[in-house]
Amino acid sequence: MVAYISRRLAQSVVVVFVMSALVFAGVYAIGNPIDILINPQADQAEIERATEALGLDQPLPLQYWTFVSNAFTGELGRSFSSNVPAIDLILQRMPATVELAFSAMVMAIVLGLPLGLWAGLRPETKVAKTIMAGSILGFSLPTFWVGLMLIMIFSVWLGWLPPTGRGETVNVLGVEVSFLTADGLRHLFMPALNLALFKLALLIRLTRAGTREAMVQDYVRFARAKGVPERRIVRVHVLKNIMIPIVTVIGLEFGSVIAFAIVTETIFAWPGMGKLLIDSINVLDRPVIVAYLLVIVVMFVFINLAVDLLYTALDPRVRLTGARA
Amino acid sequence: MKRRASPPPYPAPIKGEGTVSFPLDAGRWGWGWGCALLLAFATQLAAAAELRIGLSADVTTLDPHFVAAAPNLTVQQHIFEGLVRIDERGRVTPGIAASWTTPDPLTWELKIRPGVKFHDGSDLTLDDIVYSLERPLAIKGSPGGYATYVRPIVAKQIVDKHTLRLKTATPYGPLLQDLAHVLIVSKRVAARADGPDFDSGKAAIGTGPFKLVKFARGDRVQLARNDAYWGGKPEWEAVSLRILPNDPTRTAALLSGDLDAIENVPTADLARLKKSAGHRLAQTVSWRTILLHLDQSRTPPPGVTDKSGKPLAANPFKDVRVRQALSRAINRQAIAERVMEGLALPAGNVVSPSVIGHDPAVKPDPYDPEAAKKLLAAAGYANGFTMTLVTPNNRYINDEQVAQTVAQMFSRIGVTTKVDAMPLAVYFGKARNQEFGAALLGWGSLAADLALRSLALTVNPDKGYGTWNWARYSNPALDKLVEQSLATVDAAKREAAARAASAHAAREVAFIPLHYQIVTWAMKHSLDYAARTDEFTFAHHFRTAAK
Repeated sequence: MVAYISRRLAQSVVVVFVMSALVFAGVYAIGNPIDILINPQADQAEIERATEALGLDQPLPLQYWTFVSNAFTGELGRSFSSNVPAIDLILQRMPATVELAFSAMVMAIVLGLPLGLWAGLRPETKVAKTIMAGSILGFSLPTFWVGLMLIMIFSVWLGWLPPTGRGETVNVLGVEVSFLTADGLRHLFMPALNLALFKLALLIRLTRAGTREAMVQDYVRFARAKGVPERRIVRVHVLKNIMIPIVTVIGLEFGSVIAFAIVTETIFAWPGMGKLLIDSINVLDRPVIVAYLLVIVVMFVFINLAVDLLYTALDPRVRLTGARA
Repeated sequence: MKRRASPPPYPAPIKGEGTVSFPLDAGRWGWGWGCALLLAFATQLAAAAELRIGLSADVTTLDPHFVAAAPNLTVQQHIFEGLVRIDERGRVTPGIAASWTTPDPLTWELKIRPGVKFHDGSDLTLDDIVYSLERPLAIKGSPGGYATYVRPIVAKQIVDKHTLRLKTATPYGPLLQDLAHVLIVSKRVAARADGPDFDSGKAAIGTGPFKLVKFARGDRVQLARNDAYWGGKPEWEAVSLRILPNDPTRTAALLSGDLDAIENVPTADLARLKKSAGHRLAQTVSWRTILLHLDQSRTPPPGVTDKSGKPLAANPFKDVRVRQALSRAINRQAIAERVMEGLALPAGNVVSPSVIGHDPAVKPDPYDPEAAKKLLAAAGYANGFTMTLVTPNNRYINDEQVAQTVAQMFSRIGVTTKVDAMPLAVYFGKARNQEFGAALLGWGSLAADLALRSLALTVNPDKGYGTWNWARYSNPALDKLVEQSLATVDAAKREAAARAASAHAAREVAFIPLHYQIVTWAMKHSLDYAARTDEFTFAHHFRTAAK
């Protein structure tokens, strides 16, 4: 187990290196941040001073070397546009994104599993067909459109929910969270729902497919023949067996929800990391872009690790020592 | 209609000004009326207390000398002030400096207003001002942009407690316009401050009309009224500046009553808001002129060929007749009305009407394709040629559509034009490297001489001329006119000199001006805003509308 985890971590170090080099070169290829950041009225002398101040006058390999050597001391560089360490910017905004992603995943799981189970157990009923039709909508409607519709309906027409922003936050162990206040929940509901819809549809379909497959398996038939009550069959025999693919998907999707909540964050002006990334790309704020992607890589590594560990809990036959990442 | 601190009673979306309508038979409920009146009264009170404004761009830092970006300046100018102010027409008016004289062309003597206090209660001293004028030169690791403004000052003399003398090496007329954007910080606080200290509020100590309450990055800036402000109390006790770069979201937030006002109303929502009885628009001609640069440094310029794709023997853009022909091929009125949906005014000058140096005698070139064809033929391009017009697609109002339309208008006189559009992050770098033959640019400036210095003067890095002269246009006569204007310290004489320079640039078609953008704010009908030509949104300039 320890060997497995340390091998995984070693692999991720390589990934982090490759990522940082790629992003560094990529942002360099797009353009010069000074062209975007500099005051239009500035003269050449000021442009030169600024270029030097940001270290952009150095050749790229040297810039990268400076970055890597600083990174080893835990300093990922200062944002070009904010005069704040890039990692601070990201960590400052991470709670908002994680909170949003977590709420969305909880919504998707709490609704998706039972609905999918229902649709899988009674596939011919009207309810099941409605659920499946709904899941197609969840898949196919674009997030930004659904988001705008939610705002139009619940904020502009009905006036029930605030259209944008994050509500009142409370400090829990040094982290600002908003789901503990009524105001925070009101702000959280629409963006979380918006983000959850796609995952919800995915989970419904996944659960339904798994359930239908499991229901015709021999062990279910035997259990039935043995007289095991239906509830127990579903809970112990079906659900537990279909959980492995579902846990994998939930894990991966959770990562992608955090990393790519950008559309939802933009529409609802949710002050999370996704918006930070977009804003940083727009001004070519390289330290923030690099630091952001590094954080995401590390996060994915850990989520995958957590998923692998969950497998063993769900299915004792899975042995981590033999598994390759 | 207003949201109080907590818990926020989100009201039904009654569009408009905080009047609440009740069913007629509500009178049966005696106490109901009482409550209703009380509620209406309370919301009216609240209405006077907090103003919530939707801003369209992200704020990166509250350190006023770190990076010169308009969205940052918008917020910073609520907290800090410059020596002078810029009024809504783009003209310099007194601020912390109550008056000024120029005893000789190299000396500016500023009388500093007595009794100006920082938010922490300390008095503003001339030391603070001198420090603030030096800080942009010393600030570390910043993309800055402010040093250009303070570099002309070669000496600062504190004459007495309220008199500051600034010396320049050569006569420099636009000094005060430049200094309007260099905000004054407290030396005691700022000298020991780091970037995060400004954002946390520890060092965000200015003399402005509002104090910083909280900067929630990417979300909002909360401000509270500075009751000790020298320049008259703003109407709003509290201000919430929400950062909402997404256009439909900003409009929806206004429509739902979650905001009182928004800046940069999206063109798509303009018609709807115009019709809405509960809302009011404030519009003015922006200082931003949209123009085309035509490369004159190479033969042939990038993307320019003859009709069969072979290189041309000469650079057509060097011929003033070709530039005139292209300018006359453009139907500016049609662009303003159709493509810009009314959000533009056809342009002839380099700066918009209220700005120093706009010559009212210079009209936009008339739309005349026949004359354009004749000019082309006279220049030896009777068959026209082929060119590529490059434009950003996420910077100016409908920028790509404008370029497409101009391209079609050029093609109509025989100059077949292709459009190449790209995001700003890619565009500016390539344009600065002179990779384009024809390029679109928007330019906002407080004076024609300043605009021409950057856009059209012969490139001279030592003097700071032609920084944005992508075309490498060079005209000694224009250089002289602009230099004269910049060196004129007397305001009235400088205005005349700047007009002459602007007229000359227009006559010679140094670049092709297309239009001045029109900038729009939308707000609840109960509010009013003096629309600013420099596009800044200031909470202290919002007022309750006169009934």
